[in-house]
Amino acid sequence: MDLSSINPILLLASLMVAATPLLLAAVGELVVEKAGVLNLGVEGMMITGAICGFAIAVNTGNPLLGVLAAAAGGAVLSLLFALLTQVALANQVASGLGLTLFGLGLSSLIGQGYQGIRPPSFPRLNIPGLSDMPVLGRILFSHDLMVYLGLIIVTAVWFMLKYTRAGLILRAVGENHEAAHALGYKVVRIRIMAILFGGACAGMGGAYISLIRVPQWTEGMTAGIGWIALALVVFASWKPWRVLLGAYLFGGVTVIQLNLQAAGVAIPVEYLAMSPYLITILVLVIMSADKSSAPASLGRVFHASR
Amino acid sequence: MKLSKLLTTAAFALGLATGAMAQDKLKVGFVYVGPVGDGGWTYEHDKGRQAVEAEFGDKVETVFVESVPEGPDAERVMTQMALDGAKLIFTTSFGFMDPTINVAAKFPDVKFEHATGYKRADNVSTYSARFYEGRAIQGHIAGKMTESNIVGYIGSYPIPEVIRGINSAFIHARKVNPDVQFKIVWAYTWFDPAKEADAAKVLIEQGADVILQHTDSTAPLAAAAEAGNIIGFGQASDMSEYADGPRVSSIIDNWAPYYIARVKAVMDGTWTSTDTWDGIGPGMVGIGEITDKVPADVKAEALALKDAIAKGDYHPFTGPLNKQDGSVWLADGEVADDGTLLGMDFYVEGIEGTIPN
Amino acid sequence: MLKLEKRPQPSKAWVWLAPVVAVIATMIAGGALFALLGKDPLVAIRTIFWDPLFSEFAFFYRPQLLVKGAPLILIAIGLSLGFRAGIWNIGAEGQYIVGALTGAGVGLMFYPMEGWFIFPLMVMAGALGGWAWATIPAVLKVKFGTNEILVSLMLVYVAEQLLASMSLGLMKNPEGFGFPGSRNLQQYPSAHNAELIAGSGMHWGVVAALIAVIFAYVMLTRHILGFHIRLTGEAPRAARFAGVNPARLVLICLGLAGALAGLAGMFEVSGPAGRVSIDFNVGYGFTAIIVAFLGRLHPLGIALAGLLMALTYIGGEIAQSRLGLPAAAIQMFQGMLLFFLLAVDVMTNYRLRLTWREVA
Repeated sequence: MDLSSINPILLLASLMVAATPLLLAAVGELVVEKAGVLNLGVEGMMITGAICGFAIAVNTGNPLLGVLAAAAGGAVLSLLFALLTQVALANQVASGLGLTLFGLGLSSLIGQGYQGIRPPSFPRLNIPGLSDMPVLGRILFSHDLMVYLGLIIVTAVWFMLKYTRAGLILRAVGENHEAAHALGYKVVRIRIMAILFGGACAGMGGAYISLIRVPQWTEGMTAGIGWIALALVVFASWKPWRVLLGAYLFGGVTVIQLNLQAAGVAIPVEYLAMSPYLITILVLVIMSADKSSAPASLGRVFHASR
Repeated sequence: MKLSKLLTTAAFALGLATGAMAQDKLKVGFVYVGPVGDGGWTYEHDKGRQAVEAEFGDKVETVFVESVPEGPDAERVMTQMALDGAKLIFTTSFGFMDPTINVAAKFPDVKFEHATGYKRADNVSTYSARFYEGRAIQGHIAGKMTESNIVGYIGSYPIPEVIRGINSAFIHARKVNPDVQFKIVWAYTWFDPAKEADAAKVLIEQGADVILQHTDSTAPLAAAAEAGNIIGFGQASDMSEYADGPRVSSIIDNWAPYYIARVKAVMDGTWTSTDTWDGIGPGMVGIGEITDKVPADVKAEALALKDAIAKGDYHPFTGPLNKQDGSVWLADGEVADDGTLLGMDFYVEGIEGTIPN
Repeated sequence: MLKLEKRPQPSKAWVWLAPVVAVIATMIAGGALFALLGKDPLVAIRTIFWDPLFSEFAFFYRPQLLVKGAPLILIAIGLSLGFRAGIWNIGAEGQYIVGALTGAGVGLMFYPMEGWFIFPLMVMAGALGGWAWATIPAVLKVKFGTNEILVSLMLVYVAEQLLASMSLGLMKNPEGFGFPGSRNLQQYPSAHNAELIAGSGMHWGVVAALIAVIFAYVMLTRHILGFHIRLTGEAPRAARFAGVNPARLVLICLGLAGALAGLAGMFEVSGPAGRVSIDFNVGYGFTAIIVAFLGRLHPLGIALAGLLMALTYIGGEIAQSRLGLPAAAIQMFQGMLLFFLLAVDVMTNYRLRLTWREVA
């Protein structure tokens, strides 16, 4: 056992990368749930985003266009969910699960023929001065654009929810759709927009995996990250900053368990592999004391009776 | 009970007969455990299937079902193929072993080929590849080229196949570099590219400058490319898209020669139940081109090693070799028997850490 | 502008019509998908829906419907009770795994002893294992108010690791040449959940599924617990006035669902699957959620939905092998089926009206 071989600076830096797809998907889902909608189809939207982004990036040679395409792909798939739950008033749990099934199938159909291709590499942001700073430069300022985009989106969502009128309306719709409707807000329209935003974010999260983190296309490559993102939102009690914290924590536990293994720590590997999930449950229990922010209308069907 | 069993068998036989009559070309079935688009294990088996089609053209018809779960689903898929008139069925995952044996008992006229298993019958052959031969070459290159003397190894699950690979690579790395250490990380998943990327990064951060992988995605190579100055190897497929970067060589699963030979044997009526464990020699294990990143002398040594193994002059597990606890495994000049290799559940001397479980 | 108007009462006609319309719509949309992939849509649809039931080899496929459908139905019945009461257990996959592990564990403990009591003990152990695994989220919800959706889901991943660990360690077949996976229970008569009539597909799991359907039907229509479950789902506040203890209901619903999922796992591992292996679980726990909704959370509906789902799997495999349809297309097809049913279902509770007012 040699713990000194674990470099904390590099650990923190790789944590930021490991957390990014989770962060993107979770913050999108947070907005959806704040609007009172539970979309369990995150995994399906992520994998669809992953292949849309990959295909466009490979065909155009431009990874940024790929990210845009991923956002569009995720949003288009989520539109299906929006139609089902907001127009046809279908059960959200079932629709979300169906969306994942559909998305996994769709992505592998689109992805036929994209195996064994290396996508164009993503521009890495090097901020003169900042990136060269000792310690912090490596941890904070030497990542690709998407890492920062994730942080910007979290900040924007936080600001929007807390300080803007749009955020207020969104929360009102999620807390009490009847009242929001009575006040003249277009509940269905707002929710559809929130769902589309969630789809776009999940799509980008998927593209982060297929374009940057792995980068390649293989079927089912998101391997369950969408489900973790769902857990994160509740874990965070629907607060954007806690999503950030949770994403780093979850990504961190995985990276740390691999680090401990490589350092030869004698804990049975299967228990290390379980640890991210067990710790998530533990934190869920601790956090559940704080029930203040669960949107009151979450998962409930809204139908304007008049 | 007996009567009904008899009736079922009769019904199966009948089904078989009608299925067979509609047949003028040889129907060959393939049962895959993953999607053909997994870019690794199943992808390479499907390439073998395509090679069969290309070789025999109109004389064969190949059918396949992908992402078949192990257990009753596999049994049903095999039965369905046999009922539909397949005369030869390849089942390409260890977990298909018992289902293959069960179905084969019902269809004595259909030939079955099960990959990586150990149960055979009159109409069931087994086949597998000696990937550890390729690992020996990787280990040699790794031992010669590492500057930090730390080689990272990403394993999936601690099964004999993976442990064999680790041992083979380690023995040959140590042979050329007595200071080399292996850092081994178990991903505990067959397939999770993001986790593989994490594992590679962790190993690199902890000082490894050579990454060996027993997982099929290119994620570790991409991580190596990003870190710079790290070398790695392609796994399952050539992964030549990284040849201008970290990939210096590769181990390629090449099932095509075997599949073609077995289909031919059925056509000629010469098929018998066999146990095949082929390596570099017959071409089941391919060694991808060694790039110029490898110094010329190391490359020459690696190729010489490859030739010696291919010709059968050299066995990667040749004594003197001790087990991890220091006890003698193979005496000087002694060669490991296949039985021990197949069930290998120990590290050789020098590897640090313990095998999970 | 079209507008939805709530029906005073659910339409009886649409309750029956909706699934039919949904299946037809799925066939049309799925046919279009297959045509896009360059396959004859009519042949594809026939291969999936007709061939397993009525082709020359139907004698083999019909029993397989039971084998494939039984675990789905057994799990879905348990889930539907909770879903009706607004308790969301989506971790049945984990409960299925743990039930299989405890069930097989008891069987393997007795190996190679033979005895009539071994199989019943395994059944109990399986149910108990699933029950225990589901009780974790139930207790956490009751004690701390933790969200059961997420805890039950996280426990799926934990159970998967446990399964891997067992296959590689404690339950590894000592005569298996070091390969992962347990002994094959099919070769251990006292622990083998064999077909009751050879070639019929009927094993104890199928019988259990049948009993579960009847039991759930009687309970929901006749028993006070069924009434409480329905009331809690439809009018939580009224339920509280009626004296329903929500904590107790959570424990019962999750526990029952877990026990049934555990049973399904146990019957599968001791019968059709035969052995504990790293990839023993094949997603029955998740597919059962879809089955529960396809069957509209009604016991009889679930039985039909389970068989329909099994049909798409079996037919899908035939279509893959005969027509070269990719597995992904079958997956999308199943997704479509669910979408259409959910979408058409709106007609049960609402009707379309033509109005000039804008919809909110």
